[in-house]
Amino acid sequence: MTPEMKGFLLLTVIKLIVVFTVIMTGVALLTLMERKVSAWMQNRMGPNRVGIAGLLQPAADGLKNILKEETYPAEANRVLFLLAPALSFIPALLLAAVIPLAAPLPVDFAFTLGPLGAFAYHGLMPVQVADLPIGFLFVLAISSMGVYGIALAGWSSNSKYSLLGGLRASAQLISYEVAMGLSLIPVLLLSGNVSFSVIIAEQQRGPWYVLPLFLSFFVFLVSGFAETNRLPFDLPEAESELIAGYHTEYSAMKFSMFFIAEYANVVTVCMMVATLFFGGWDIPFIHWDESGGVLPTIVTGLIFFLKVFFWIFFVMWIRWTLPRFRYDQLMSLGWKVLLPMALAYVMVIGLATYLIGDVAHIASPVTRGLILFALNLVLGCGVFLVLDRGNVVSGSERRRVPGRRAAPLRVGG
Amino acid sequence: MAIGVKVMKRPEREVSYVRATLKGMALTFKHMFQPRVTMQYPEQKSTDEWRISPRWRGTHRMLTDEQGRSKCVACGLCPQVCPANCIKLVPGEDEEGNRYPLIYEIDEFRCVFCGYCQEVCPEEAIHVGVHYENAEYTRGRFVYDLERLSSQTHAVSTLWDPADPKGE
Repeated sequence: MTPEMKGFLLLTVIKLIVVFTVIMTGVALLTLMERKVSAWMQNRMGPNRVGIAGLLQPAADGLKNILKEETYPAEANRVLFLLAPALSFIPALLLAAVIPLAAPLPVDFAFTLGPLGAFAYHGLMPVQVADLPIGFLFVLAISSMGVYGIALAGWSSNSKYSLLGGLRASAQLISYEVAMGLSLIPVLLLSGNVSFSVIIAEQQRGPWYVLPLFLSFFVFLVSGFAETNRLPFDLPEAESELIAGYHTEYSAMKFSMFFIAEYANVVTVCMMVATLFFGGWDIPFIHWDESGGVLPTIVTGLIFFLKVFFWIFFVMWIRWTLPRFRYDQLMSLGWKVLLPMALAYVMVIGLATYLIGDVAHIASPVTRGLILFALNLVLGCGVFLVLDRGNVVSGSERRRVPGRRAAPLRVGG
Repeated sequence: MAIGVKVMKRPEREVSYVRATLKGMALTFKHMFQPRVTMQYPEQKSTDEWRISPRWRGTHRMLTDEQGRSKCVACGLCPQVCPANCIKLVPGEDEEGNRYPLIYEIDEFRCVFCGYCQEVCPEEAIHVGVHYENAEYTRGRFVYDLERLSSQTHAVSTLWDPADPKGE
């Protein structure tokens, strides 16, 4: 191996360790944050006994989960039962590898380390574990792998609640995966690339994509909630109906793995939202953050953290605000609202970018972004003021026979 | 036959899901800055809004006279009236003919805390107490003997007075 390859390998290993540690610590603190936020929204105090202001609560929870008994249902499929937590845990952690956390860091070193030989690295180091050219396609692919863990957990537990939870999770994840994928096509249309670093670079040149692609952002956010099984879409673990859904039969650390996977997925979705629609680590209106250096890397990292933190708070905010959907409402929202909306939006944005770029010959991304923003204002008003009137998300699914009124309630039939 | 589904008439033209969501979010956000209602229990046992009722019927207490002897005369009314049959009383008599309890035990696990023992006691000896922290390490510790009942120091319960039903 050349010293450059070894240097690259060394940096990647360091980045792996750092990202893994950050995600695991972050997830632990998120459980505390969730409890704190829920408490505050209910005029309570939340955990405040362990450590200063309850900061050591996640450690206490983790310790408890490690020491608890691992139970196995008698009729469970032992192999799959053991495999399922790992299968949902690993994809959740894999996703964090491809998201850029800060501006590229200029690295320049060359040294020799005993028998390992020479290490060297010159140039900009992207602050992400792998700057994959397939970008968000990787995220879409791996995030749908997570459904294996959930479906297998539900099936292998050999319990009716688990099975129903697993089935619901698979149906829900597959349905919303479609809308999610389609909502990202406008991003692709505007940036011309699926790679995260290119998408961020494009957003630095023009406005953040939340302005020109607001409806895409909306669809992505809603399907992101569904993908992570968070309220109002937490049908797979609806505790009032299914005890705990697919992880009913799990205890101790295996249950914890599902929990960590869920929160890691939340972090990933929030990172995706921040990266794809809110400029990633970009600081708006100034170009100092793109100059390259240690300080810009640290500051942009903090900015990215703040953006992600806000969206995580938003996820929790929604969770403690909205009640759970009914299952048919969930499915009709996914297939009858979000999917057609995303499809139509792809066509509208496609046509608009064609007209702007090839007919009107406007090359400036700022002008293009502003024109699309105006278009989105009109479309957004249409969707949220006109269509969202019991037509889009209906309270009740009305089944009407043509030419007849809805069948009256049969009493005692 | 299909199950008849009752479809409620809702003002669907007037409702907007997105706006209702935003309204709910504003409400929950507002609640984050409202004062907390939590009472920090082990440190703080009563607040201005909440304190334990003087009529609370908790674990028992036997009152004693000036010489430190229990007021009980072993008349046997409390084991008689007890609906849970949790009082064990063995009466004794000294040389002067005074009756006193040889054994007086209350099984607090059996007790239903009705307070009849306090009500029926002619000597105002046995009382239910205003007390609720009773954790023990063994079940046996929940059978309170005479010595334990006499050494309790918590306030005794105020019984309901028909002349003053609201305790004013």
